[in-house]
Amino acid sequence: MIEVTELTRQFGNVTAVDRLSFTVSAGEVLGFLGPNGAGKTTTMRIVTGFLAPSAGTVTVFGNDVRTASKAVRARIGYLPEGAPLYGDMTPVQLLRFATRMHGLTAQRTRERIAFAIERLALKEVVSLRCETLSKGFRRRVALALAIVHDPDVLILDEPTDGLDPNQKHDVRGLIRDLSIDRIIVVSTHLLEEVDAVCSRAIIIGNGRLLADGTPLQLAARSRFHGAVTLNFRDLPADVEVLNEIGSGTHIESGVAPRITVFPRQQARADGKSLFDVTRQLAAERRWSLDGLFVEQGRLEEVFRTLTTAAANPSAATPSSAAANATGTAAL
Amino acid sequence: MSAVFAILRRELLSYFATPLAYVFVVMFLMLSGALTFLLGQWFERGQADLIPFFGFHPWLYMFIVAAIAMRLWAEERRSGTLELLLTMPVSLGQAVLGKFLAAWLLIGGALVLTFPMWLTVNYLGNPDNGVILASYIGSWLLSAAFLAIGSCISAATNSQVIAFIGSVALGFLFVIVGFAPVVDFLHTTLGPGADAVANLSFLTHFQAIAKGVLYARDVLFFVVMIAGWLLATVLVIQLKKTG
Repeated sequence: MIEVTELTRQFGNVTAVDRLSFTVSAGEVLGFLGPNGAGKTTTMRIVTGFLAPSAGTVTVFGNDVRTASKAVRARIGYLPEGAPLYGDMTPVQLLRFATRMHGLTAQRTRERIAFAIERLALKEVVSLRCETLSKGFRRRVALALAIVHDPDVLILDEPTDGLDPNQKHDVRGLIRDLSIDRIIVVSTHLLEEVDAVCSRAIIIGNGRLLADGTPLQLAARSRFHGAVTLNFRDLPADVEVLNEIGSGTHIESGVAPRITVFPRQQARADGKSLFDVTRQLAAERRWSLDGLFVEQGRLEEVFRTLTTAAANPSAATPSSAAANATGTAAL
Repeated sequence: MSAVFAILRRELLSYFATPLAYVFVVMFLMLSGALTFLLGQWFERGQADLIPFFGFHPWLYMFIVAAIAMRLWAEERRSGTLELLLTMPVSLGQAVLGKFLAAWLLIGGALVLTFPMWLTVNYLGNPDNGVILASYIGSWLLSAAFLAIGSCISAATNSQVIAFIGSVALGFLFVIVGFAPVVDFLHTTLGPGADAVANLSFLTHFQAIAKGVLYARDVLFFVVMIAGWLLATVLVIQLKKTG
């Protein structure tokens, strides 16, 4: 279990991490979200012992990073930001180096290196120097280094950055497979990644914790939560009527125009859901639709709302910022 | 200890994976040879010893050891591999020691490859091989002192150029205060305090060893210097961590 309590880190006058607290238990994949400069990398560097905290405590399985740093590091596999590698070494040399540093036995070294090479599909590059490898391979070598000693905790700073969609898919599969009985913390600013791999996500901005919950819980904070979206083939002339059933609409024009109807605060007197009302209306008006569905909420919008509000604390509270968000249009 | 050994191995692997080790050894051999024969007038002296050869080592190490030391930490910091290294279960002391030992072994290897000099004097005359052995040991200790300084400066910056210049400057300071003309000058200005300053010089202690006597005092001086600067390296890295 990782316990971060009131963690603060300053660089000169800049406070990169500000009284941040959260915990992660075994079996969880924690998505660590936030805009660039929010303090994600700094927090990860403190947990992995590369930086010391200015204040607050971080413990990993009960070991404090200040007093038992080596014991902490022995149980962590870390993918640093940018996936740094010794360019003049080959992947297999690097993996051997890592297993030696972690004190693995010869037998275990063979097994684990074979596993890492197999799992990250590095076979064709094992004897090439890392500086000659493509960005995707370099990232996978760095990931192999993080998992080769079979750590209990994986801290991955943007693990899929620079990978193509197929490689991203593979890495996400790997993270899901590894998540059993392990603690995994993944920083990312790809929100699709949160849906794909994370069991929980926290959003930070300016070093502070802004939100903490499952991806669904976070998405439910979106104004899109419970809204009904209609995908039109052709935009009919009488769409204004949608304004009458909800509390406003949002149009996304494009090849396939979409209109989202937001629910009202109070339930309808007749007890019908917004979805039923919208479906009925569409049938009455004989609109030609491609799709009609209830929104779960949009994580991206929650992220934007929370982090822009954190950047300008005086500007608005999250809820009023949502109401004023650009892209809202009343028909 | 296995972590120190793992780092030592990795460093040596890097030295020999790139032209670095070869360039270093060749440069060392060429420069030490050229200085001995051309400036040291080794043949013209007509004496079977290696005094001109060892005499240039402090001046040569000042530059060539700084060139090896500058990459020790600065390069790791710049390329980000420092993060990879220091988040493995290794103490700072072990990391500093492992990197230092690898570079010191490389210099030792280069020193061993000067053996044709030793063969030559033995062929030409009857040198005191005890003195030569003491000089070799002294020279290796001397290189370690320069290396430890370079390690500390390199840990303080992520620019190899700054690390090189800083190491040369500091190394120069530790040599020059024992250089005879400077010592004379210090005597006239500082009076009796001059000896204390000269005693801090690598030159003073190296020359004492190169005379053929391994006094505990001189060996201890180098051991303390090396340990002190390596400890300073640990502190500098620790300080950067705390920020």
